[in-house]
Amino acid sequence: MKSNKYITGLFWDDTELIKAIKELQDKGIAIFDVRTPFPVHGLDDVLKLKRSRLPRLGFVAGAIGGILAFWFQSWVFTTSWPLNFGGKPFFSVPSFIPVTFEMTVLFAAISLVVGFLIKSGLGPGAENIIFDERTTDDAFLIVVKITDTSQSDKIFEVLTSVGASEVKHVEPIKTDTHA
Amino acid sequence: MHNASIKEFTKDFIFPKKGTTVLTIALVIGFLMTVVGYFVGGIDGHRFWANILLNGFLIIGLSLGAGFFVAVHLIAESGWQTSVQRIGEAIASRIWLGALMIIPIILGVHSLYHWSHTEELDALLKMKEPYLNLPFFVIRMFVYLAGWIFLLGKIRQVSLMTDTNPDIKLFYRLRTYSALFVVFFAITSSTASWDWLMSIDAHWFSTLYGWYTFVGIFVNSIAVIIIFLVVLQKMGYMEHVNNEHMHDLGKYLFGFSIFWAYLWISQYLLIWYANIPEETTYFVTRIKGFETLFYVNLIVCFLAPFFGLMSRGNKRKSDWLLYVSIVVFMGHWIDTYLAIMPGAVGAEHAHIGLFEIGMTVMYVSVFTWFVFKALTKARLVPENHPFYKESFDYENIK
Repeated sequence: MKSNKYITGLFWDDTELIKAIKELQDKGIAIFDVRTPFPVHGLDDVLKLKRSRLPRLGFVAGAIGGILAFWFQSWVFTTSWPLNFGGKPFFSVPSFIPVTFEMTVLFAAISLVVGFLIKSGLGPGAENIIFDERTTDDAFLIVVKITDTSQSDKIFEVLTSVGASEVKHVEPIKTDTHA
Repeated sequence: MHNASIKEFTKDFIFPKKGTTVLTIALVIGFLMTVVGYFVGGIDGHRFWANILLNGFLIIGLSLGAGFFVAVHLIAESGWQTSVQRIGEAIASRIWLGALMIIPIILGVHSLYHWSHTEELDALLKMKEPYLNLPFFVIRMFVYLAGWIFLLGKIRQVSLMTDTNPDIKLFYRLRTYSALFVVFFAITSSTASWDWLMSIDAHWFSTLYGWYTFVGIFVNSIAVIIIFLVVLQKMGYMEHVNNEHMHDLGKYLFGFSIFWAYLWISQYLLIWYANIPEETTYFVTRIKGFETLFYVNLIVCFLAPFFGLMSRGNKRKSDWLLYVSIVVFMGHWIDTYLAIMPGAVGAEHAHIGLFEIGMTVMYVSVFTWFVFKALTKARLVPENHPFYKESFDYENIK
């Protein structure tokens, strides 16, 4: 099981985890990833993760959906196949509102789901890398990638010193081989 | 981690003399505008009483909406709201002021509601007479007001008791009164909107009207809570309220503005589709003669907060939130105006002049003064609240 690719430190508490991350950063050790069983408040700030750009995708897709729906209905009911509904004008904005609204929501929602899956590398057939199965239950894990093997002993020591309850060299398990 | 800083912002609110001066000047200007507007505009009885109703309903609505806001959060045990609870409480506890402002409409019943002319009722109004008659109208009004004043007063009273007594039982009692208020308000908000607003057009009815009015009240109150909050911050108080809380209030304003538009279109769409004359009359009188306001209303109540508060960054800027809230407040003034004027005054005589603006300035300045005074009477944060700490350790997901 000994490999020189990743070193992981296991924690049982999210506040200890954040404290440890800060200490590691102070010592100049780059963190490859942090695995948690639930979203930890403040973790994004500590890791200096950029805010997701998904909302913009949602806005653009929603706007496209809304405009498309409105344009399509106006085209159908005035040009392509005008029908008389209860003597209303062919171009009746109020009757277009529900469909426009629904299409806006639909486009935004689908684009967000698909966009999220693509950006996160998830979805059917994706290979998920698991460093430690306990992070899917109740444990927290800091993963450090080793680029220079001479550093690995030092990183191992530092992880132990910041309070990790288990420090290991890890070869990640891939879900497809494991299942 | 927060304990050190908490001590600093628990300083008591002192309403500066300057504030009283400014509000007094506003009151005097409003009064002069009203008087000048009255004589110059040749205000008749209909327009006079319609304005009394408009402003009375607006002010009592603020107290009710703020009370609902506090009550719902106390029942749901939401953490973040604790940081701004005292503002909602202060507005809600001035419900008696709103009551004093709405009670005078009893004197103007004959100018406002044509169902009150008992000698000239047609067949339809005869059928409605068991509900729409003057004695029952007055009785209902006093039942609503008594219930609201009692329950909101109790919420305020128990909340103030927690400042000196950290007994958890008090918070359970607070929750009980909140639940009672929400149930009572669920029914009375509908019936009160039928009584005071919908019965102006006594032949017309809409089953959505109560909901629609309630949401208008609620959005308006959220806007006013935000306005008070930002003004307090500019005065150097409420520093503990950070971007996270602003973000949540922004989400509230954004979300309920959409809900308002949703109910607006739901009411409009069904009536428009069915195209039955007795139903469409409501919108026909509003589109003909009030055309500009009719569309402006939709823009300021829906499009402005919708696009103005859509992005996350905008919701977190307190100044921007203040501007949008002021726009929304004006929007719901127009919304109430449109609910009352076409029926009570008619398109020929109704317009927004010195009289209308002056009266609203008067009412709002009085209301603002009383709310600020209420804020001085208690700590700005309920310090013994179980969620006190939680409300500051709070943050939104990125």
